[in-house]
Amino acid sequence: MSAGAFPKGAQLEAQINRRRRQGVYLRLSFLGSLMLAILALLTLLANIINSAFGLVALENAVSPAALVEEIGLDPAGSALSDLSKDDLLLVLEGNINNNVGRRLEREQRFYSDSLVFETQTKWDEICAREVDRPAGCSGDVRGRDDVYALVVEQIVQPKALETWSLIDSVLHRSEIEAAAAVSYPDADLVFRSWLSMDFVTSPQSPKAEVAGVRTAVLGSLWIVLVTIVFSFPVGVAAAVYLEEYARDTRLNRLIQTNINNLAGVPSIIYGMLGLAIFVRVLETFTSGAFLGAVDGGVTANGRTVVSAGLTLGLLILPIIIINAQEAIRAVPQSLRSAGMALGATQWQTIRAHVLPNAVPGILTGAILAVARALGETAPLVVVGASTFITTDPSGPFAKFTALPIQIFQWTSRPQDEFRNIAAAAIIVLLIMLLALNATAIVLRNRYARRV
Amino acid sequence: MNPSAAATVEAIDLTRKPRPLEVLVQGSMFLAGMISILTTIGIVFVLGREALLFFQTDEVTLGEFFGSTTWEPQILEFGIWPLVRSTMMVSLIAVLVAVPLGLATAIYLSEYASERARGILKPILEVLAGIPTVVYGYFALTFMTPMLRSIFGVSIVEIFNVASAGIVVGILIIPLVSSMSEDALHAVPLSLREAAYGLGATKLEVSLRIVLPAALSGVTAAFVVSVSRAIGETMVVAIAAGASPRNWNLGKDGVLTTILNPFISGETMTGHIVRISGGDLSYNSIDYNSVFAIGLMLFLMTLGLNLLSRRFVARFREVYE
Repeated sequence: MSAGAFPKGAQLEAQINRRRRQGVYLRLSFLGSLMLAILALLTLLANIINSAFGLVALENAVSPAALVEEIGLDPAGSALSDLSKDDLLLVLEGNINNNVGRRLEREQRFYSDSLVFETQTKWDEICAREVDRPAGCSGDVRGRDDVYALVVEQIVQPKALETWSLIDSVLHRSEIEAAAAVSYPDADLVFRSWLSMDFVTSPQSPKAEVAGVRTAVLGSLWIVLVTIVFSFPVGVAAAVYLEEYARDTRLNRLIQTNINNLAGVPSIIYGMLGLAIFVRVLETFTSGAFLGAVDGGVTANGRTVVSAGLTLGLLILPIIIINAQEAIRAVPQSLRSAGMALGATQWQTIRAHVLPNAVPGILTGAILAVARALGETAPLVVVGASTFITTDPSGPFAKFTALPIQIFQWTSRPQDEFRNIAAAAIIVLLIMLLALNATAIVLRNRYARRV
Repeated sequence: MNPSAAATVEAIDLTRKPRPLEVLVQGSMFLAGMISILTTIGIVFVLGREALLFFQTDEVTLGEFFGSTTWEPQILEFGIWPLVRSTMMVSLIAVLVAVPLGLATAIYLSEYASERARGILKPILEVLAGIPTVVYGYFALTFMTPMLRSIFGVSIVEIFNVASAGIVVGILIIPLVSSMSEDALHAVPLSLREAAYGLGATKLEVSLRIVLPAALSGVTAAFVVSVSRAIGETMVVAIAAGASPRNWNLGKDGVLTTILNPFISGETMTGHIVRISGGDLSYNSIDYNSVFAIGLMLFLMTLGLNLLSRRFVARFREVYE
């Protein structure tokens, strides 16, 4: 085709066909990119499920049935997992040595009114100490599930010799059975769901087979509670100020630009801020020392739930403010004018008209921000999450661990069984996030219908 | 109004009354807004102060920090380059994955997809954006790394490697790139598209030659923000990229075999901060201060990129809104 000449006839048709073909190819590649992103999401989920369930060769140090028989019950009639707390303690007393028992009792008591391993005089003596007072002297009593977890961990001691993924377990079951019979003649090959009720209710443990996420889930909930209490009121107030009160001054523009920039700061930087300010400078407050609320003489040196919660609070504050601003901006100007015209003051108008109308938007935004906080890991590591605690957090001034931290630590271990429980913990985390997001959607829909 | 009527009406005092509650409310809300300023001041002060302490010690100079390619705190070698190299490699790979895929996704959603398809596909991308980064870290280590090792060979790809972390960080920021680009594409006025159709352009030609160039500043903003996100991303690299700085020596190590090799391990800036501060760190030690010096650099890099992207966004707003 010569320059400038418009193609005609067959030439034109060929050119149009070529352009159309190009269009189809590129359209397919655009769609393909989108599908690739979705495929990545599906692979990610499948990969997690694949690790959270599967065959495992388990070997118990002592069989559960033998333990039931030992305390004079019929193993055919009652399983170890169904025993009462008293029976389980009998099993525990009969099978662990007294030193271990005393250590466990000092961590947390078994009964509020009597002692199992310690003598009363010794107990009174150690609890009267000023320093090194064990945590068991104050705080709650161990529940039945906790005692059961101890029996399994200390006595039954199930050990995973090898684990297989879900896909292998389903497709190659017979080969795995044959191989396991040769390699591990004493072990039971069982199909195990690493995600189970026991997993959710058991405390952390150094043994993957009996470890659970209760400590971590409670830690996460405590942290998120502190985060909400701090960042929700402050965030909404700041949004109201910026939308309703702020005139176009240099300072107010600075605040607005600053909030937008803060939203882009990497989360780990907030962790460093939290470490320097909340953990170090404000240690007296964040460790609870100013209230005298130091648990059993053991301080967490400011590396507490409060520090973590406030750090995450600062992290999600810009998100809450920006979302709340949008919700407030969406309230029609006529509502404000009507309120003002009836003689209401500015704050009365905001409280009675603007905020009620903006509530669904504000709440939805806040819930999504909280979901972000729940999944944050890096700032918590920097602020100083405890690497290993088995006792539940007792309050805002307790040492903490959190579910994402737990996932991080388990993922970093080289053994297969830790990968399995990391996958199970991820599912627990994703379910919590899903619940939060569902709440946000329900809220939005409910209020949207009313307005 | 005549004077006699005015006399019968009680005079109303219209002067402004002091309202303490109003002042209190407005004042406390202003303080809430100021917390954000305090946060920024806090970040700059904390990072700056500790970094200053770090450079005041005799063990390190600014020249060594920016000149040396060895980071080994045990022998007091503090050259930032090994950490920067890994960060840059991860970000480069991430951007190579995220920008083409994210942009193509955005073009599809904005120009091709029907309302119904958008209604289904966009929430799926939002799910991708809502998954915690530690989960992506798990994915990188347990899926992406074994896959790369089976494709390229176990002897070439190390267990911890930059490529795996980079690809997964890329997947993680696809939703960010696609939603920002889609906003930009969407803001291009319909009249531009219609003019092109009127001249006989095909849908593809309209998308690529009219809409995309018109939205270029917005798309550039998305690109810049994605680099910033990749640099600041922590958990994926902490889990999958390796847990020790990969020192190198320009004279001895080959550029392609070692320095730019994506299949070897290398700790990034963020990964190093997490590993060092995750242990029992004593305050005022040189390790503690060095972490803040890295943090300051990270903060300045991401802040610069974010400011740059805001300028691009402001430009496309100016043109079309």
